[in-house]
Amino acid sequence: MEAVVFVFSLLDCCALIFLSVYFIITLSDLECDYINARSCCSKLNKWVIPELIGHTVVTVLMLVSLHWFIFLLNLPVATWNVYRFIMVPSGNMGVFDPTEIHNRGQLKSHMKEAMIKLGFHLLCFFMYLYSMILALIND
Amino acid sequence: MSAPAGSPHPAASTRIPPKLGGAAVSGAAAGPGPAPHQQNGPAQNQMQVPPGYGLHPQNYNVPSGHYSQGPGKTTSLPLDSQSGGYYSGVYTIPTQNVVTPNTANQQSGAQQIYGRGPPAPHIVGSTPGYFQGAASSSSHLHTSASQPYSSFVNHYNSPAMYSANSPAVSQGFPSTCGHYAVSTVSNAAYPSVSYPSLPAGDPYGQQMFTSQNASTIRSVRENSFSGQNTAVSHPSPLPPPPSQQYHQQLSLSGYSPLSWSASGLPSTQDNLIRNHSGSLATANNNPNAVAESSSCPVMQTVQPPESSPVVSTVVSGASSARAPPTANHLVETVASVTQPSELLQQKGMQYGDYVNNQASSAPTPLSSTSDDEEEEEDEEAGVDSSSTTSSASPMPNSYDALEGGSYPDMLSSSASSPAPDPAPESDPAPAPVPAVPQPSKTTKPFGYGYPTLQPGYQNAAAPLSSGVQPSSPVYSGFQPYAQQYPGMNQLSSSFGGLSLQSSAQPESLRPVNLTQERNILPMTPVWAPVPNLNLDLKKLNCSPDSFRCTLTNIPQSQVLLNKAKLPLGLLLHPFRDLTQLPVITSNTIVRCRSCRTYINPFVSFIDQRRWKCNLCYRVNDVPEEFMYNPLTRSYGEPHKRPEVQNSTVEFIASSDYMLRPPQPAVYLFVLDVSHNAVEAGYLTILCQSLSENLDKLPGDSRTRIGFVTFDSTIHFYNLQEGLSQPQMLIVSDIDDVFLPTPDSLLVNLYESKELIKDLLNALPNMFINTRETHSALGPALQAAFKLMSPTGGRVSVFQTQLPSLGAGLLQSREDPNQRSSTKVVQHLGPATDFYKKLALDCSGQQTAVDLFLLSSQYSDLASLACMSKYSAGCIYYYPSFHYTHNPSQAEKLQKDLKRYLTRKIGFEAVMRIRCTKGLSMHTFHGNFFVRSTDLLSLANINPDAGFAVQLSIEESLTDTSLVCFQTALLYTSSKGERRIRVHTLCLPVVSSLADVYAGVDVQAAICLLANMAVDRSISSSLSDARDALVNAVVDSLSAYGSTVLNVQHSALIAPTSLKLFPLYVLALLKQKAFRTGTSTRLDDRVYAMCQIKCQPLVHLMKMIHPNLYRIDRLTDEGAIHVNDRVVPQPPLQKLSAEKLTREGAFLMDCGSAFYIWVGKSCDNNFIEDVLGYPNFASIPQKMAHLPELDTLSSERARSFVTWLRDSRPLSPILHVVKDESPAKTEFFQHLIEDRTEAAFSYYEFLLHIQQQICK
Repeated sequence: MEAVVFVFSLLDCCALIFLSVYFIITLSDLECDYINARSCCSKLNKWVIPELIGHTVVTVLMLVSLHWFIFLLNLPVATWNVYRFIMVPSGNMGVFDPTEIHNRGQLKSHMKEAMIKLGFHLLCFFMYLYSMILALIND
Repeated sequence: MSAPAGSPHPAASTRIPPKLGGAAVSGAAAGPGPAPHQQNGPAQNQMQVPPGYGLHPQNYNVPSGHYSQGPGKTTSLPLDSQSGGYYSGVYTIPTQNVVTPNTANQQSGAQQIYGRGPPAPHIVGSTPGYFQGAASSSSHLHTSASQPYSSFVNHYNSPAMYSANSPAVSQGFPSTCGHYAVSTVSNAAYPSVSYPSLPAGDPYGQQMFTSQNASTIRSVRENSFSGQNTAVSHPSPLPPPPSQQYHQQLSLSGYSPLSWSASGLPSTQDNLIRNHSGSLATANNNPNAVAESSSCPVMQTVQPPESSPVVSTVVSGASSARAPPTANHLVETVASVTQPSELLQQKGMQYGDYVNNQASSAPTPLSSTSDDEEEEEDEEAGVDSSSTTSSASPMPNSYDALEGGSYPDMLSSSASSPAPDPAPESDPAPAPVPAVPQPSKTTKPFGYGYPTLQPGYQNAAAPLSSGVQPSSPVYSGFQPYAQQYPGMNQLSSSFGGLSLQSSAQPESLRPVNLTQERNILPMTPVWAPVPNLNLDLKKLNCSPDSFRCTLTNIPQSQVLLNKAKLPLGLLLHPFRDLTQLPVITSNTIVRCRSCRTYINPFVSFIDQRRWKCNLCYRVNDVPEEFMYNPLTRSYGEPHKRPEVQNSTVEFIASSDYMLRPPQPAVYLFVLDVSHNAVEAGYLTILCQSLSENLDKLPGDSRTRIGFVTFDSTIHFYNLQEGLSQPQMLIVSDIDDVFLPTPDSLLVNLYESKELIKDLLNALPNMFINTRETHSALGPALQAAFKLMSPTGGRVSVFQTQLPSLGAGLLQSREDPNQRSSTKVVQHLGPATDFYKKLALDCSGQQTAVDLFLLSSQYSDLASLACMSKYSAGCIYYYPSFHYTHNPSQAEKLQKDLKRYLTRKIGFEAVMRIRCTKGLSMHTFHGNFFVRSTDLLSLANINPDAGFAVQLSIEESLTDTSLVCFQTALLYTSSKGERRIRVHTLCLPVVSSLADVYAGVDVQAAICLLANMAVDRSISSSLSDARDALVNAVVDSLSAYGSTVLNVQHSALIAPTSLKLFPLYVLALLKQKAFRTGTSTRLDDRVYAMCQIKCQPLVHLMKMIHPNLYRIDRLTDEGAIHVNDRVVPQPPLQKLSAEKLTREGAFLMDCGSAFYIWVGKSCDNNFIEDVLGYPNFASIPQKMAHLPELDTLSSERARSFVTWLRDSRPLSPILHVVKDESPAKTEFFQHLIEDRTEAAFSYYEFLLHIQQQICK
């Protein structure tokens, strides 16, 4: 059972890693002026909710399967995701707003955030991998 | 010389912008003359502008143009005598420096405008060439001071030389003996020379002598000299042909020494002959500066400390040399010279030591070729009448030169500016001679001059520049500047011993005890500080009306900026109405290959074929076409091109700059015709105004127009040509809007004019009986978007209520009970993203949406405004509009519409802002969509739009002393031309905190802060924004106190440059946008915020801090003349009830409204003469006009009000407020220095700040 949990987490984590990479690539495209803010933001906003769900599911899964340490590790990031999503002002077009992304260094902070998430997911990836192997061996 | 259309070199002919002044145009028409010959032409003897030259001012005289045009729409600067000093300092001087003969003429014109002395050619100018110039100036000197100083002179030739202003020396004779020779000669010669006789042979003989000496260095020069001599000897109206030849030759040869000498030659002749030698005077000045530098070494060797008087004379000499161009005639020169010299003597005494030091610090004689080249340029400029109005040598030959010192002009200027008044308050630029005797008068409360920096820069620049030092003795006391350049240790240490220290602090740094100073507000409007650049750059720099930076001294690093706690940013007004703008048609627009910067006056030419970008420092090639100068019709003078002579230029862009063929002007009107709208009655006004201005709508033969009206359904109007009457098509499916007949809804204005007029006549009455109260704004906008998307253009939306149907419907969010809440103000942000999305769609299709909101109740402007904010539209708001109940609003709408419909417009525009490597922009303010990091997408651009940009310093700027900012606005004019308007601003970099504070532009800082506060209150909360504003004052003042003053004062001390900062912040806190505790409707507040975001600085400042004038005693003292009207200039009063007396009448200028407050016991004469009523009691409660009475005081008052009104795009409503009327609360709420129940008085605010600082 535990192996199944980690296999799922591992796959989910892979998806999140790809998503982070996609975020980074798109944002850097915007930074380099390859795409305009409008299309960049609409591209990214599409993936905000999948990311949110993907990560929340893993977190909840860890809670359910009573992996406290991994749950606590995931909790802050999951909370941040939810918070960020909820706090979008009513007039904005999503977490990434084309009219504001160039203001107040938002682009940079988004970039930083995507980088941190990438690192975090990589860490998780190896953790899940290790746990999965451990679980498989134990089985 | 830009021959208009028929120029033989069409490749780079210049165009005359449509808005040129009439005089200028005539000049242009008459100006067929080939440039180089003109000088020798028959017009020489005239004082007036020779026809050929006339062209110039017109096209290229941007500097003078801006300012001479006077208080037009944008500048609104009263050009009274008081401000004359300022002007002269900043703007006239540049023209003075202009070497071109034509500019001399211009200059004279400008001076007249400024009300200065007679601009007639003065002696210096009349003296031909630099050599003569030297002679003449020196002779001046002698006249002025020869008696007292003769001994000195003999002993210390070099100072004499300076004073002599002898350009001969300036030519950079490397040998000291040369100097000696010159100086001694001049000494000998001058006493004998009488001033009027200057042109006579004596001085020239001397010159000969010197030149011969010089000739040892360059045989070529000798030739030229001889040429000169011949010229001199033949003061006949026509210069000898050989000289001409020289000249031409030389102009071609470009930088060759020959060229300069030769060019100098004809010019000398010209000047001699013409007597209109202002230009030459400047030429003289430049060399003079060099001369100073070169003579330094001499001083070093010879000069004992007693030389100080001589030095002073030197300075004065320099100043005299400079000053004359401003005012004095040949004969008068003597007087002018003497005055300053006497004045200066005293000062000079003080600086004597300094000079010595200087000399010692400048061990190398200045003989470098670069100097020569510059001079040569000057000379050529003097000769080439065709060169643009601007300066003698705008083009530094090397970057070093650009950075600092080696500008002869600058030197001379610096020498001269301190001369009249070495005290730090002196004007930044050389004061006009008349002002010289009375430095106190020229002194301005805003002493941004503190030219102190210059010496420092000069030091930094190169060994050459050290020679400059003599010019700066005045500032020597100002240590920091010198110290910042390690190479100049010697210098700075030598400063140490000077007694000047205390007196030489720049005015802008003078500490002001805010709590003690009761009258903090100056009597005259506050001008923008002038960046502390050398004079050449100063006069080339962009007008502060178009381009301002919050810190005119850019801190070297982010650390320094953080220490200063001041906001760094730019305020732009890029599409401002200009009366004079150089328009350049050229096949190739020269730009940097790596950063795409447009070539500008601040680039440096490494040699003739290469230039170095001033933003990214890449070295670029000068294209072949650029080598040819259409103005002078000469080849090989890339630095004379108008692009390089003007910091504001407009290019006609080629097809490379088009993604599609230029669009036609397309106007769509989307009109609310629900019951509410019909009740308010705006349709009548709109239709009337539109039909009146139909022919004045900007556009060409392709102009198209269309109308859409909506209530709960959407009505389109088929205006296709051939119909007998307009056809109304109703679409009631608002959920899925479609266009009934896509082709015939937007019709050609000229083909369907009759139909359009019919429709406009019919519209007001068509819906008169409507019962429809709903408003389907969202669907109507979607329809408009569909209609416009093939072409792009302008959509004008008139809305009178909350949209209540279809997409984008809004709910009322305002709780009236919360209007005066002191805590939370909610709903400042939009309720839905519908309008934002729509705006972005529109922006993508080059369509801008302008919103006219005419509503009596809450209409959620916060949401609606988004449609304009992100599509680069504009927003007009008329609260409680009703055409009969509120006639003043109706009138305002009418006037605004007139302006709106007829003002200039640019379509499918983008604006890019570039800045020097190391700086970066991170936040933009204004109405636009930021498409990529530095590219603003502006579907439309209008002349009333302002922008702000926040900057940060990413890399340290230690290796540069100048930074530049460039905005390029690419747009399609209403005539279907693709144009690029380029503004370039250049600012110095400083390394000490004191300099940063000295260069604060407090108005710009306040406007930027206001923009930031708007963002803050929307993204966070209003109270956050208010706290941030207060903190901005607290932080900056405490940082100043702890770092610059280094003493823990219990008093609240601010540098002069920041003394208005607390006042303005308090004004902001009491502004509608940010105030709390006073009942403010949400829409009013949001509108104020929108205004802050998109108003240009000049208008925004009036909104923030209104101007109060007393108008019952207007006099002509200091009045200015605008269009044959005399406009009195009453002093500003501070915004406090203590200034209001019952005996007076006061006018308050709040930007969008005027209030005339009439005191209870106001003089009946005033009431009768101006207001047209017999006494106070009979004045009606509502009065919105000043009657046209045939009395002097009425005329004065009206001309003053009209003048104020003309200076802004939104026509303000006039309210006459009686002392007792209930409307007086409106008036009193603007008295921001007074206490209200919810807010501090100014004094309390200061105490509050003081408390915060001490915490």
